[in-house]
This record gives sequence, structure tokens and C-alpha cells, in this order.
Amino acid sequence: MSAPARQLDARKGDIVENPYLPYPVRIDDIITETEDKNLKTFRFVFINPEDEEKFAYMPGQFAELSVTGKGEIPIGIASSPTEKGFIKFTINKVGLVSSYLHSMKVGDVMGVRGPLGNSYPWETLEGKNVVIIGGGFAFTTLRSSIIYMLENRDQFGKIHVIYGARTPGMLLYDQELKAWEARDDMNMHITVDGTDDPNWKYNVGFVPTITEQKAPPADEDTYAIICGPPIMIKFTQPVLDNLGYGHDRIIMSLENRMKCGIGMCGRCNIGKDFVCKDGPVFTLAQLNTMPKEY
Amino acid sequence: MTFVKIDRKEWAEGVSALKKGYQVFGPVKEGPGKEEKDHEFRKLSGDQMPEMDYINTRLSPKAAIYPQSEVMFTYTTDERKDDHHILKEPKRDETPKAVIGIRPCDALSFLLVKKNFDTPEYKDPFWLRAYDATTFVGYGCDAPCSSCFCTSAGSGPFDEKGLDVLLADHEEGYLAKVLTEKGKALMEKAGWTSAIDAGGAEKVFGEKAAASQGKFESQISTDKLAQISSMDLYDAPFWEDIAFSCINCGTCTYLCPTCWCFDIQDECRGCDGVRMRNWDSCMSSLFTLHGSGHNPRGDKVSRVRQRFMHKLKYYVDKYGEGIQCVGCGRCVRKCPVNIDIRKVCEMMNQYDPEAQNECACPTT
Repeated sequence: MSAPARQLDARKGDIVENPYLPYPVRIDDIITETEDKNLKTFRFVFINPEDEEKFAYMPGQFAELSVTGKGEIPIGIASSPTEKGFIKFTINKVGLVSSYLHSMKVGDVMGVRGPLGNSYPWETLEGKNVVIIGGGFAFTTLRSSIIYMLENRDQFGKIHVIYGARTPGMLLYDQELKAWEARDDMNMHITVDGTDDPNWKYNVGFVPTITEQKAPPADEDTYAIICGPPIMIKFTQPVLDNLGYGHDRIIMSLENRMKCGIGMCGRCNIGKDFVCKDGPVFTLAQLNTMPKEY
Repeated sequence: MTFVKIDRKEWAEGVSALKKGYQVFGPVKEGPGKEEKDHEFRKLSGDQMPEMDYINTRLSPKAAIYPQSEVMFTYTTDERKDDHHILKEPKRDETPKAVIGIRPCDALSFLLVKKNFDTPEYKDPFWLRAYDATTFVGYGCDAPCSSCFCTSAGSGPFDEKGLDVLLADHEEGYLAKVLTEKGKALMEKAGWTSAIDAGGAEKVFGEKAAASQGKFESQISTDKLAQISSMDLYDAPFWEDIAFSCINCGTCTYLCPTCWCFDIQDECRGCDGVRMRNWDSCMSSLFTLHGSGHNPRGDKVSRVRQRFMHKLKYYVDKYGEGIQCVGCGRCVRKCPVNIDIRKVCEMMNQYDPEAQNECACPTT
């Protein structure tokens, strides 16, 4: 896998260029993902085609989305580097920039700055079994990872995915989820906290419970990537402990308030490490030695 | 090493000459009631001279390189224009800068801050361009204040780190020690070229440094900071006590020469907008507030701990080259509730988590 080298090249490019200057992009497509309409997926196309090459990324990285007059927000990249011609971000409507973004239209011009941060440890994961555990809208870089692994299927062992949301209508990427459910080269476990839909044919139950039932037992060659709301992580971690997962086999992606995204503005640190530059991906073993400032 | 003697007349003429090729910054008192005020580093206009009869400025000179507010980019949101919503760097005044009369502690601070803005992965072009365009003319300290502790913070009253020229008061003028090519170019521009015997001049600098060092009243110990575990220090019991009187005003962060944190904000007037950066402060709860309302440093204690841990532990661990403090003493002098980094440093440096456990668990 030559991807990490590409990543380094991309960073070298940033030195020559101003790392605060976004690449101009045009909104190419907008999909409302969830029934509460609070999550939309934006597909962007680079206005200068050569910028797409400079924006060489790996699943797990993020970017600063730049809206002139409003500001920037750090958002995980939801598309996979194997998808060409566009990049995708799924955005929850929360603050000034994300709320304004939700009012923008196809054709509008904005900016993307990145890719930023480390990625999931793809060199380590090569040849290994991967268990992806996600909850709610924290499934974006996990989507990127799944697409990436399926495109490079022979480079990974068994793939398990456990993904849950409150209701069927709150699941992201529902068409893709169903397609993955139908595949025989991965184990897809969709779940919802509850539903009154009599035709719901997938799991019902919280993510930690489904993890207990469906996740494979731990071994040296199995890694779990876990992303979700704090409450899900809190109750999933003991399940993984019981299954015997070592803390260096549990991989997590953090969020903190960010501005620069390149380790300079000073706010997203956890101890001496910056979530934006040294993270956002850390193993649980690493996090055990760091303050809980996230 | 070249040494140059500058008499009073040459000094005044030289500063005037420098203004023709440099933006000259120096310590001055300005504004109504200025006699009561502290000195500040300002860009000197017209016939303004640096007022060298000062101990140190209220704010550090960091703003000469890193303004409190700075436009990063401009743009238009007018969709009738071809380049609407595209960010552009504005034209800047690229005239070289000279900071005259900077104290050695403050000069060292730029080298510490550079570690943040000049990294193997990313270069901050705004800071680095301004830094590269600046010549630092230092001014040795004959009379430190009681709150100065540079001699135990990697600097000293005649320390040369980060400087291009070092001045010392001498007879009716200054002795200048020219340290770099940049310094040499400035000296030539100013017309300060009366080279004198190096041996004699070096001796003067040595004697002055020794005399000044004898006058320092305070120092800190930092020898154990690197060995104590970060989590032990983070969990130490003294943070509540240290933070008790803090009002999170942020004064310490704004006047500190080594505090570099910033915010990025967009501002628009009509269709014309700027993206700018402003100094920010880890003392503010907004600094880390998530969109969800969650705040990883939501209470005062965690913010006070962050500031001291950053300066005296995280920085030490990250770069392995000492603390992120130059001992200028500004935060000691200006803190409205008398929080003293020297005392905090002592508590951190002396901290023994095992002794704590023994105290907390009486065996009888």
C-alpha cells in the first residue's frame, strides 16, 4: 500500500503553499441524509482540477470547510480516496458555519483546506481483520474506511461493521448500508435503538449490545475502530474489554474545537498532543496516558 | 565579532537613518497621561526616538512580528465578480523591520515561538515572513527588576540568543556587539561603523553581565520537570489552590512574549470580507467550547492548569529544550490576583506523587 507516502507528499506541498489558504470548490450535490433533516451530505468538485491531486488523503483524515463571511469548520472526510472526481462531507447542523452551509445550494462556491490530521493506521491494518463500530452521525470517516477497504478487499482479513442509530430514518448512507448487508465478503450489522416499522429486517438494540453479540473475539490480528457519541463509547469499551481486545487494538477518532487544523492555534491539545495534527486518530492505549480533555 | 562604539549624536542620527530603510520599533510612552504609563513597543514615527531609560515594556514586543489582529485573506461575496468567494492574500508592507532596544529575555522568546510556527510539516507564512524580515537590536540589562528571573529561564541580562546586535550602555553612549549578517547590514544602514578593539569591548560586556547577574533576586528550578510524569502533574492536588484566586482575565496570556495561541474569524462589510486572526487566550472558556455545548476545559481550574502545564511541562516534553518561559516577569507583575509562575514552577518541579500518597493514606 503506497498510500502513506502519498500523504507525506501532500504535506510537503503544503509547505510551499500557504497552509491557511483553502482550495476553491463548487458544491456539486447535496443529499439530506436523515429524517430530522439535520444531516446533509455535500459533494464538492475542485474548481482547479489540479487541486484534487494535491488533496491526496486517506480515510480518517479531515478538512477545514471554509465559507467566506462565516468561517471554517473541521469535518471528517466521508468520501474514500478510491472515489475520484469529488470529495464528500456529511455535516451536522450545529453552529454558525454548519447552519449556513445547510442553506447553501448546488453550484455555490466555497473552500476546502486539507487534508488534515493523521488517518486510521492503514499500514498497521494491512492484512488484519477490522471491526468497525459506529454510532449516529460519527459514521463519516468510517464510510470512507469501508469503501476504501472494499476497493482493496484482498489487502484485509475479515471485515465486520456494526453501525447503529436511534431509528431507521437516522441512519446515514442507507442505500450503501443495504448494499453492504447483501455482500458476502463482509459482515454488516445494522441496528437501531428502536423502531415501530414492522418491515425492519435488521437488528434492534444499542450498539454495545450488538457488539457483544456480533463482534468477533479478539486476537493479535484483529483491530477495532470505534467512532460514536461519548455514551456509546462508554458502554462499548467494556464490551471490547470482555471480548479481550487489547487497548493497542482499539482505535478511536477524537474531536475538539479547532481553528488552524495544523497544530498552531493552540486550542485542541490533549496534553502535548494536538487532536488536529497528532490525531484525530489515537489508540485507546495512547489515550490512557493522556488527560481526558476531549 | 565586531564591536562598535556609538555616541549620543551618532545614535540619534543612526535611528533617523534606519527609518529610511526599516519600519523601526522601539520602547516609548504614548498617549494622554503618558508619564504615568508603562513603556510599549511601537512603530516609531517621524522624529520619535526609542526611550532607552526603561526596564521593560508592559506588553511584550511580540506584536511587532505577530500583530494582535492581522488580516490573513480578503475576498468578495459579490457574485457579479469573477473571483467571488475566492480568498486572496492582501498586499502587505514588506519593508524590513528593526526592533530596537529589545531585552534579551524577549529576544529569546521569538526563538521559542518559532518552534510553533515553523514545523517540519507546516510553515506559518504570516509569522515566518515577518520574523525573517526583522532585525533585533537588543539592549543589555544593567538593573533587572525584582520579578525578573531570566537567568534561570534560559536567558540572561546580556544573553545574545535571538539577537542580531546587542547594545550595552557605555560611557556617554552605547557599545554594540554585532552578532549576525543581518545586524551588520543594520549597523551600516545606521552609519554605526566606528569599530573598536574587540578584546577591550568583550571585557566590558563580560563585566557588565557579571555585575547585573549579581543583582537578580529571584530564580526558578526546572531540573525535575522533564522526569515527572505528565499525568502525575496533571492530577496533582495543587491546581485547585493555584486557580482559586484566578479570575480568568487572560492578562498573563496577552502580555506573555511566548503565548502564541490565536483565533481565526471572518468579518464582512457589505460584500467585502476579510479572514483575520486575533490573539486568543486559553483562559477563555470559548477557547475550547464544542458546538455541542461540551467543553473539555470548561472550568477555571482546568484552564489555569492548561496554561502552566503547557509552559512548564507539555512544551518541555514536546521539544526537549527547556520551558516555554523566558523569565521576563510580566505575568508576575501584572496579574491582578498575584498568581506567580515562579511559585507554580516550584510546586511542579518539587512534586513527588509518591510522597502525596503517603500523606493521604495514614497507615495507623
